[in-house]
Amino acid sequence: MSGLVRINELVRYFDLGKGQRVHAVDHVSLDIAEREVVGLVGESGSGKSTLGKTLLGLHDKTAGTVTYRGEELPARYHPKDFQRFARRMQMIFQDPYSSLNPRMTVGEIIAEGLLLNRLANASEARGRTVDWLQRVGLNADHLSRYPHEFSGGQRQRIGIARALIVNPEFVVCDEPISALDVSVQAQVVNLLNELKESLGLTMLFIAHDLSMVRYISDRMAVMYLGALVEIGPADDVYFEPLHPYTQILVASNPEPDPESERQRLSTTIKGEIPSPVNVPEGCRFAGRCPHVMDVCRQQTPALREVQGRLVACHLYDGGEQK
Amino acid sequence: MSAQLLEVRNLKVEFDTYGGIVQAVRGVDFSVDAGRTLAIVGESGCGKSVTVQAIMGLIPRPPGRITAGSAQLRGESVLGGISAGGKEIRGAEIGMIFQDPMSSLNPTMTIGDQIAEPLVVHRGYSQAQALARAVELLELVRIPEAERRARQYPFEFSGGMLQRAMIAMAIACKPTVLIADEPTTALDVTIQAQILDLLGDLQQETGMAIILITHDLGVVARMADEVAVMYAGEIVERGSVDDVFYRPAHPYTLGLKQAMPGNQRHELLRPIEGSPPDLFAPPSGCAYTARCPHAMKICEARHPLRFQVSAQHESLCWLQHAQAPRPPQLSAADALESRT
Repeated sequence: MSGLVRINELVRYFDLGKGQRVHAVDHVSLDIAEREVVGLVGESGSGKSTLGKTLLGLHDKTAGTVTYRGEELPARYHPKDFQRFARRMQMIFQDPYSSLNPRMTVGEIIAEGLLLNRLANASEARGRTVDWLQRVGLNADHLSRYPHEFSGGQRQRIGIARALIVNPEFVVCDEPISALDVSVQAQVVNLLNELKESLGLTMLFIAHDLSMVRYISDRMAVMYLGALVEIGPADDVYFEPLHPYTQILVASNPEPDPESERQRLSTTIKGEIPSPVNVPEGCRFAGRCPHVMDVCRQQTPALREVQGRLVACHLYDGGEQK
Repeated sequence: MSAQLLEVRNLKVEFDTYGGIVQAVRGVDFSVDAGRTLAIVGESGCGKSVTVQAIMGLIPRPPGRITAGSAQLRGESVLGGISAGGKEIRGAEIGMIFQDPMSSLNPTMTIGDQIAEPLVVHRGYSQAQALARAVELLELVRIPEAERRARQYPFEFSGGMLQRAMIAMAIACKPTVLIADEPTTALDVTIQAQILDLLGDLQQETGMAIILITHDLGVVARMADEVAVMYAGEIVERGSVDDVFYRPAHPYTLGLKQAMPGNQRHELLRPIEGSPPDLFAPPSGCAYTARCPHAMKICEARHPLRFQVSAQHESLCWLQHAQAPRPPQLSAADALESRT
């Protein structure tokens, strides 16, 4: 498959000094095809935001490569690299409260990308800003207002307009709906879906809400402690998870259905996600895994193809679950 | 309805702000019985947290004000966290856990001292007795190495562990009611499952009533016996968890359900358009009118009556009136009675 974005053995460590380092992203490989939406799920601290940011050059790459349309992206971005790539790759941030400059008007925030990249002169930029405000369900009256005058859902729409006005091909959505209420989440997800269709966007959709990720994604990738443990078609991963961690993640997600919740067996996982500073030898999940075997503590399982998807688990060494 | 453990009647709370008076809670009634869990569901700003804060006496005055209503625990008035006899209810009879465990604990006190504090204050334990009990409580909420952990400070705990510590503190005095205000919103799903299981187990052991404040319908389905749906400072629907999920009788409840992804792929989510009304000047009619797909003339003009859909199920909606056209997705009783 020729991916639009190809991530190959990407590594991002953070040095803590004294020889210790955080293995935030540890040899991650993932191809994202053109017009595909890949959902990235995992618990906090699993490295999903770091992966998204490293991908876009917001963090330097410790090792590994990212290619975009066959061109390798620099390991460390210089200011002119941002200018070059930001037109094609954009990010929608999690927190609509802290990701908009409180001292800029909404018009200035949305138009900034156009002006910085010299994609439009001031009057064209204004026209396109108004277009985009309408497209995301706001209106021209909002141009001269400041972010604090808007609700969370409206701010997220401003963030979406800001990211998409430069006409990017690839967008990383970092938990774009986590800070919003249920009814507003649906508004924003529908808007993203609609824009994805009309603009032909390719997206990496990072979230911890599994049901929403399944809803919006073509494929789902599950991350644990810096590494991907399962990648496959979103419905398959959600309804028939193979990796024990994915199974527990799906089972922990309460469904809005009292009957099925009453029948749910307790699937509580023991313990918490270990520190990414001292990553255990072998499988990262071994310490919490209900099916742990001796081999798990010695050998790190590689992603291998199982039932039409990729799973990193020794249970599937023979191809089928033992 | 026979007297329940905790009964709240016609509670009204308002706040003075620069923009005017916000009517945050506009006449709320609910009750919960021992061993049962009541979930109060609603979106940000609907008044669900203010409701329980008023009961606990946690409304800052000024700018806040309880303008009407009562809360009775076993028939004794407890509104504002103090009983009629002047006894402190808060932390003793009613325990509370908060949304954000990171900021709700004192960073300068050890975990053990914080759990011991209510025992010393409310139950007259000596410091040493209280500390010993704190370690037992940490074990009860399944914190490993409880003795060592009790001597640590909050920054040494993870979010899930802090939430357990806060639960230990809330149940230290064996409260009859535990109020949990978004107890798992800040946590990951796997840790959320652990905390919800823990709350369920503690309820079985102690028989306490739980009032669970949440916006997550999945958590409600998992935990609740009864559900109260709040919108714009009022309870718009109340009933058993099955009634509310399978036989919703208010368009807002239905809207919340339809806004969540179901098991179909790429069906369009149906968001509730618009946003909640301004509570500086709440509408005189139904507060949901502007967003309601089934709104009628009367909805704007007159505040809806509380209609009894079945014995334990009520809806604050004119569509329940015998002469109203009934949308097919909404359930309604054949013979309706109303009370104001």
